[in-house]
Amino acid sequence: MVLSINGDKHEVTVDPDVELLIVLRDYIGLTGTKYGCGEGACGACTVLVNGNITRSCITPVNSVAGKEITTIEGLEKNGELHAVQEAFLATDAFQCSYCASGMIMAAVALLKHNPSPSENAIVNAMNTNICRCGTYPYIVKAIQLAAKS
Amino acid sequence: MKNPDHLQHPFEPMTDELPPEPGYHFILDRRKFLALTGGGLVVAFVLRDMLSFSGETLSPGNSQVPVSGVGAWIHISEDGKVTVYTGKVEVGQNIRTSLAQLVAEELMVPLSSITMIMGDTDLVPYDAGTFGSRTTPQMGPQLRKAAATAREALLEMAAKNWNTTAGNLKAENGMIVNAATNKKIGYGELTKGQQLLIPISDNVQLIATKDWKVAGKTVPKINERNFITGKHQYVSDMKLPGMLYGKVLRAPSYGAKLLDADVTKASKIPGVVVVKDENFIGVAAPDVKTAIKALEAIDAKWEENKGHPSNENIFDYLVKNARGESGGRNADDTKGNVEQGLTEAEFKHSKTYNIHYIAHVPLEPRAAVAEWIDGKLTVWTGTQRPFGVQQELADVFKMSKEKVRVIMPDTGSGYGGKHSGEAAIEAARLSKEAKKPVKLVWTREEEFTWAYFRPGGVIDVSAGVKKDGTITAWKFNNYNSGGAGLATPYKIGNQKIAHLPSNTPLKQGSYRGLAATANVFARESHMTDLARLIKMDQLEFRLKNLEDDRLIAVLQAAAKSFGWNGPKTQGHGFGIAGGFEKGGYVGCCAEVMINGDKEVKVVRITQAFDCGAIVNPHHLEQQAMGSIIQGLGGALFETVQFANGKILNSGLSSYRVPRFSDIPKIEIVLIDRKDIPSAGAGEACIVGVAPAIRNAIVDATGITLNTLPMLPNGALA
Repeated sequence: MVLSINGDKHEVTVDPDVELLIVLRDYIGLTGTKYGCGEGACGACTVLVNGNITRSCITPVNSVAGKEITTIEGLEKNGELHAVQEAFLATDAFQCSYCASGMIMAAVALLKHNPSPSENAIVNAMNTNICRCGTYPYIVKAIQLAAKS
Repeated sequence: MKNPDHLQHPFEPMTDELPPEPGYHFILDRRKFLALTGGGLVVAFVLRDMLSFSGETLSPGNSQVPVSGVGAWIHISEDGKVTVYTGKVEVGQNIRTSLAQLVAEELMVPLSSITMIMGDTDLVPYDAGTFGSRTTPQMGPQLRKAAATAREALLEMAAKNWNTTAGNLKAENGMIVNAATNKKIGYGELTKGQQLLIPISDNVQLIATKDWKVAGKTVPKINERNFITGKHQYVSDMKLPGMLYGKVLRAPSYGAKLLDADVTKASKIPGVVVVKDENFIGVAAPDVKTAIKALEAIDAKWEENKGHPSNENIFDYLVKNARGESGGRNADDTKGNVEQGLTEAEFKHSKTYNIHYIAHVPLEPRAAVAEWIDGKLTVWTGTQRPFGVQQELADVFKMSKEKVRVIMPDTGSGYGGKHSGEAAIEAARLSKEAKKPVKLVWTREEEFTWAYFRPGGVIDVSAGVKKDGTITAWKFNNYNSGGAGLATPYKIGNQKIAHLPSNTPLKQGSYRGLAATANVFARESHMTDLARLIKMDQLEFRLKNLEDDRLIAVLQAAAKSFGWNGPKTQGHGFGIAGGFEKGGYVGCCAEVMINGDKEVKVVRITQAFDCGAIVNPHHLEQQAMGSIIQGLGGALFETVQFANGKILNSGLSSYRVPRFSDIPKIEIVLIDRKDIPSAGAGEACIVGVAPAIRNAIVDATGITLNTLPMLPNGALA
């Protein structure tokens, strides 16, 4: 099976029903995407598939073959951070940061669809991502900052 | 009289959470130490008064230092790089950053020149663990003294080199400078070719808090870029060459006994290693899916325990099963005569407060990677107690601690929930058998089921009050929650306060703020009820009965910023609560709105916090924010549901934690007391949230909610 991840082609030999999260982390070595709950309820495993938010922990890998997968590792281009990452860096939003990859990917997708979201729109879009450290207000600020840039 | 808040032990060892504390008596060999840190250096040992009582002096010729006397050390290399070694660990509280700030301040070096080596049992001095908000008040001053000692030694060395006195020189930006002659020399250059071990003196001059230039300021999280690019390797991200993936067979319910297990089928799966050792059954496989298949292929027979209580009848159970231990740390705290105080009261008020079990839910579950090389075991694991886990491993595998190395990379949070070493032991057992490195990451369900919880509890409070606001009696019995926050800060002549441990049906242990969240909820709820009985304002009643200036100050600061005496919309209520915990003072105001369907919305929370001199304002605010938001969950809707020895909501779709949409407007007022030593900041801010919200609901509706969580369905009944 050939996967297109962050612009690169990866050939993997794996059962078709294995979750994308496991393939990304254990087979391809892209460990920026995290396991949090295994049921698509916390958002730690969020990646983009053809630009859309996807919970990789409940996505069978064969369903994304041939599609463009973007993970946190794919945001930085030639040593330059994505504008959303820059905004999170400037806000110093996270604490333990385990939720960071999922939060940032969800924010990237949100801003792509809605470049200047209201606070309400941010809360609604991000509500399926959990930060147990409780940094939510800083995450909202970071997304607002990213929207401005 | 014994105050349960000021017992010697810095934290509460709770049922089953921890093995006994290890006793450390072995000796650190100086040569081994120098080999670790390399040549050409200045080292400042932090010695906890060790020199003064042993009569020993330390010099470059001295070969041995008792490990028990060493709290942390600092090393300056020839190229001027500073390395700080401490047993404290980073779990998201950003202590890596704030400790580095304190060292940079005293040593007069750029923050970027400092590397913090944390929580690696082979490299850092023994440390009991990162808990109880102890890092800032204990490790902070030690590192400051160590850094200041190094600074003074460098000044002396330069003075000797330049034939002058240290008084004519100053330390600045990693260099010693002579302003008169314009001579400069870098720290690294100054130490070149020398090996120095310098003990610290308690008399070393520290930079006054009011003169802080690096400490006391907001600086961003160290290594932050690695975290927002996905590059940081948490333990669950690690991969070693040849590594296998481990899984452990779990019992179907608490206390279930393994009768028989047939592992033949599992063993026949190519690449699978099965370990069956007494009651431990685990597998290791080349990939995680195969490990799961192997586990499923095991045919195990269990005898399950009957008669477990459920969360429906847990409160009766905890009271009925109180163990009646009244000595030691559970001795009554008694003052005056509480029965007489009750007869003197003009109003009496008794209430029972119930606290459900809740879970920590660290987003990174327990994880460990274990590897055995030539009889030495190395385990990377996310734990708040690397040396505690080292001891657990040494005990389980019957080997000396020197043969066990535990390394704790910055982990995906803990909140008091990662004191134990289960995953480390499991990975190590599998790795020993497989003779290959093994990674074991708990599933969310395992984390919810086999870790430990914040204790449930029942708190009976009886109090008497006079019309003028004098509290005549205070009787407070806490069943099972624990002793933290048990004492009342209010002036009460007659009081009887006790913690009565019970037989918990679930594994319970430390949780951010410990039992203070439960105890402060009961106390502050009761205080507001008393104020209402005598028709006195909630804040005024508290201020009338307080003597502690700092607690008064935070209550007033919160009330002022909140607009306590300001206008209140119809259907809205205001509530207030205050408390003192782990060196931090907190005053919390909440506003709630109740709509026609009796749905309760928390509109806003204003919290004032004083934990002494602020080390990093942004990170302090984040700790306060995190505590408030975590507090919201336990206050409003978090409950561990259980029956027949099984956890019924062991996933994040069924166990509700706070999300973006649950967050009210939160305002945090930080009070920077530069005249008071810094205390830890990770816990105190959780205690006021629940009672402030509860008291706001009473204010709006007259309805008293006395069980945490208060609103599992979001509305009043």
